[in-house]
Amino acid sequence: MSNTRPEQRPEAGPDGTEPYVRLERLTKKFGEFVAVDDVTLNIRRGEIFCLLGASGCGKTTLLRMLAGFEQPTSGSIRIDGVDVTALPPYERPVNMMFQSYALFPHMTVEQNVAFGLRQDRVPRAAIRTRVAAMLELVRMREFARRKPHQLSGGQRQRVALARSLVKQPKLLLLDEPLAALDKKLRQHTQFELINIQETLGVTFVVVTHDQEEAMTLATRIGVMNHGEIIQVGTPTDIYEYPNSRFVADFIGSVNLFEGRLIEDEPDYVRVAAPELGGVFHVGHGVSAAPGATVWVALRPEKIQISRTAPDGAGDNRVAGVVSEIAYLGDQSVYLVRLATGRQVRVTQPNIVRQSSAGRLTWDEPVWLSWEPGSPVVVTQ
Amino acid sequence: MGGRRSFFVVTMMAFGFAFLYVPILSMIVYSFNESRLVTVWAGFSTRWYAALLHNEQLLDAARLSLRIAVVNATGATLLGTLAGLALARFGQFRGRALLSGMVTAPLVMPEVITGLSLLLLFVALEQMIGWPAGRGVTTITIAHITFSMAYVAVVMQSRLAVLDESLEEAAMDLGARPVKVFFLITLPIVLPAVLAGWLLAFTLSWDDLVISSFVAGPGSSTLPIVVFSKVRLGVSPEVNALATILVLIVALGIVVAGVYLQRQERRRERDVQQALAARG
Amino acid sequence: MRRWSLGAGRFAVTAVPALWLLLFFAVPFLIVLKISVSGMRLGMPPYEPLITWASSLVFELRVHLDHYAFLWQDPLYRNAWLNSLQVAAVSTLLCLLLGYPLAWGIARATPAWRNLLLLLIMLPFWTSFLLRVYAWLGILKNNGLINNTLLALGVIDRPIVMLQTDFAVYLGIVYSYLPFMVLPLYAAIEKLDQTLLEAAADLGCRPFRAFLAVTLPLTWGGIVAGSLLVFIPAVGEFVIPALLGGPDSLMIGRVLWEEFFNNRDWPVASAVAIAMLLLLVLPIVVFQHVQGRTPVVR
Repeated sequence: MSNTRPEQRPEAGPDGTEPYVRLERLTKKFGEFVAVDDVTLNIRRGEIFCLLGASGCGKTTLLRMLAGFEQPTSGSIRIDGVDVTALPPYERPVNMMFQSYALFPHMTVEQNVAFGLRQDRVPRAAIRTRVAAMLELVRMREFARRKPHQLSGGQRQRVALARSLVKQPKLLLLDEPLAALDKKLRQHTQFELINIQETLGVTFVVVTHDQEEAMTLATRIGVMNHGEIIQVGTPTDIYEYPNSRFVADFIGSVNLFEGRLIEDEPDYVRVAAPELGGVFHVGHGVSAAPGATVWVALRPEKIQISRTAPDGAGDNRVAGVVSEIAYLGDQSVYLVRLATGRQVRVTQPNIVRQSSAGRLTWDEPVWLSWEPGSPVVVTQ
Repeated sequence: MGGRRSFFVVTMMAFGFAFLYVPILSMIVYSFNESRLVTVWAGFSTRWYAALLHNEQLLDAARLSLRIAVVNATGATLLGTLAGLALARFGQFRGRALLSGMVTAPLVMPEVITGLSLLLLFVALEQMIGWPAGRGVTTITIAHITFSMAYVAVVMQSRLAVLDESLEEAAMDLGARPVKVFFLITLPIVLPAVLAGWLLAFTLSWDDLVISSFVAGPGSSTLPIVVFSKVRLGVSPEVNALATILVLIVALGIVVAGVYLQRQERRRERDVQQALAARG
Repeated sequence: MRRWSLGAGRFAVTAVPALWLLLFFAVPFLIVLKISVSGMRLGMPPYEPLITWASSLVFELRVHLDHYAFLWQDPLYRNAWLNSLQVAAVSTLLCLLLGYPLAWGIARATPAWRNLLLLLIMLPFWTSFLLRVYAWLGILKNNGLINNTLLALGVIDRPIVMLQTDFAVYLGIVYSYLPFMVLPLYAAIEKLDQTLLEAAADLGCRPFRAFLAVTLPLTWGGIVAGSLLVFIPAVGEFVIPALLGGPDSLMIGRVLWEEFFNNRDWPVASAVAIAMLLLLVLPIVVFQHVQGRTPVVR
């Protein structure tokens, strides 16, 4: 494990109090299949925590255990100091926004939002004010009398949000909240969701398979795979300091090189990578024995591409030939073939409008180079 | 698709629908025949309808059948809905395979076997505990509920299977207990299927001859039993009149239901368009 | 297991219908089985007890397998059984041949027409089965609709005997069970993706070959479902052979009925029922079980 990345903020408060939501050694098995495998996780008050992973990684099962729809095989869940593991969903201070929105088709928008308050026998007048306020917040007041099938997808999403927030839950669970919206609406709604969360201060746990969505929404992300949480951290942590090949590869695109640790100093390491045909000089220490097999992750946008050899010594540079070019408008993607035959992906922002004459072209020999602070060494 | 093929399909459809409806239409036409000799046309008359109205045996049987059918449909809908709910919603519980088997078996069981086995049960029960005392309305109703609840259960199970389970979860998540969830969310949404199940059970009971014949006692002849004994002796103009009335009632019911459904469909389409227009 | 959901409510919801079916559907078969191995006697009920108590500790168990032996030896039952299978199989095939084009035409009609045609298919189902079979009496009689028409047109000079023949039984079964064939076929054809046929045509497949290579395999589920829905009740059919068939058109359902009501031989009727169960229902349950397990190749 690399050890010189920024300290993770402590999950318990500074005075040592318990975290707001604590999952302890939570496991869920369906027969032989282990959907969630021994997960321990802390969630802070008022944050947007995203569970990110491919479908089938166990993130939805984890969410459903928080809601109370699935009973954990073992382990416990505490919310705000109270053990809710054995509580049924209708007794938990938790509400959920479903992926399908699950709006009751036979009730109006107003009745849908009021449903939860009615179950708690809130006085009628109070229900009316709270429902009105909530519909105002999601800008759906004028649609209060409509039935769900009379609404567009975006409107339904806002009603579902209002319905799950109106009971002021301690924890709001959102299952792929934006997956059913088209792309433009999705981007707009992401920021709206953040605004509402900041206004109300409710703690959100969001399940998503969309890394862009997770990066935009989350204060912290938990990356899941095969029922386990692989890494927890801020979006920046996850992207810049992945703790494993899996995370590096899952978030964004990355060039991964297998190599051998040949020099191990507290503030830098050098890794010989046969596929690179050269040596990585990485500006952080690693807790691994010299000679150990490690992997170097290098993001495409952190690589410089040039026609002339860069100045300086021999590390962190390599020559190659442009084999593919994709012009995406805001940036260009190059695949560069090294002498070893390995392809390296490089992206460059198109800062200046280039004439086709100035651009790199196919089969052109080029140099790739990067700063020592750019690559990350992962040991697993 | 070639023209020849669609010509073939159209011909087959015309033939198929003619095949289905000519017997019914001929029955309706002959019900207005003056002659007793049913098939020889002797002029228009409604005398067989008048005769039907004075045929106490047929009318009594119809009243009895109606009573049994209503009680049966209600009981079968209750039991069938419970069974459908258990099969569609309770996941893998112990005894699920048994319940599922007992729900599907009556659908494939030849009626003569169901009828015989129920009669033998009633006889054995009477010997052992003295109930049911003799055979009659009670035994017919029990027998009808037993086979028609299976149909209702299948209807309900397939309806619940396509009902988004997250609706029920959402209600529970918002604080409703399971019983309340059923009455506030599940039942209102699947109500059309419940009504369809009720009508199906009603029809099955109203129409049943074989099972009723086994478990009926003296004085509990249902309409199909009476009609069967009549038509066994030959064609009867009163039965034609009865058939015409029944066909008309069913046709009317289906037309009303069809128009209602079409209206709903249209309203729904308009709503969806409105929603798309008001999108934002 | 969900701890909180194993409440009494769930138990009751499951137990009430289960107990009902257990008592009125499952247990009766045990009684049928028991009576099928009991001796016959005169009186009510017309069978001997299986177990007689000689003293309080000693009992005598008398199992009569002779009813089954009787079913096997008497050609009446074997013929009735084989005849039932034949009638049911031929009727099912006829239903399929008529029902497939019907279902195809309905599935490919415009939506408004489709609903109307479906309604027309289902309407007879909601009207009395007995009365619809009865309607054929008036058509098939010697002085019925068909004969009168043909005589009037001069096509024939003597009525054709149609009633009380096997032909009338086939006709009645096809007529009564056609909707059960059409509806599952319709469901299967309606689900069929039209672009698959376009793709087949695009790849050079002529319509008839496309039907054999694409349509038929993809609607196989509907064909099986429809055929079972027709075949099973047709084998045990009683009303149609009783009304339309002749005295010699024996079907197993009718034999059971007559054994029970006319001969009052409960043990033999029970043995017929058990034999029917073993020979008809059991193979189908096994077949469906196997079919359900086989992964469908798509």
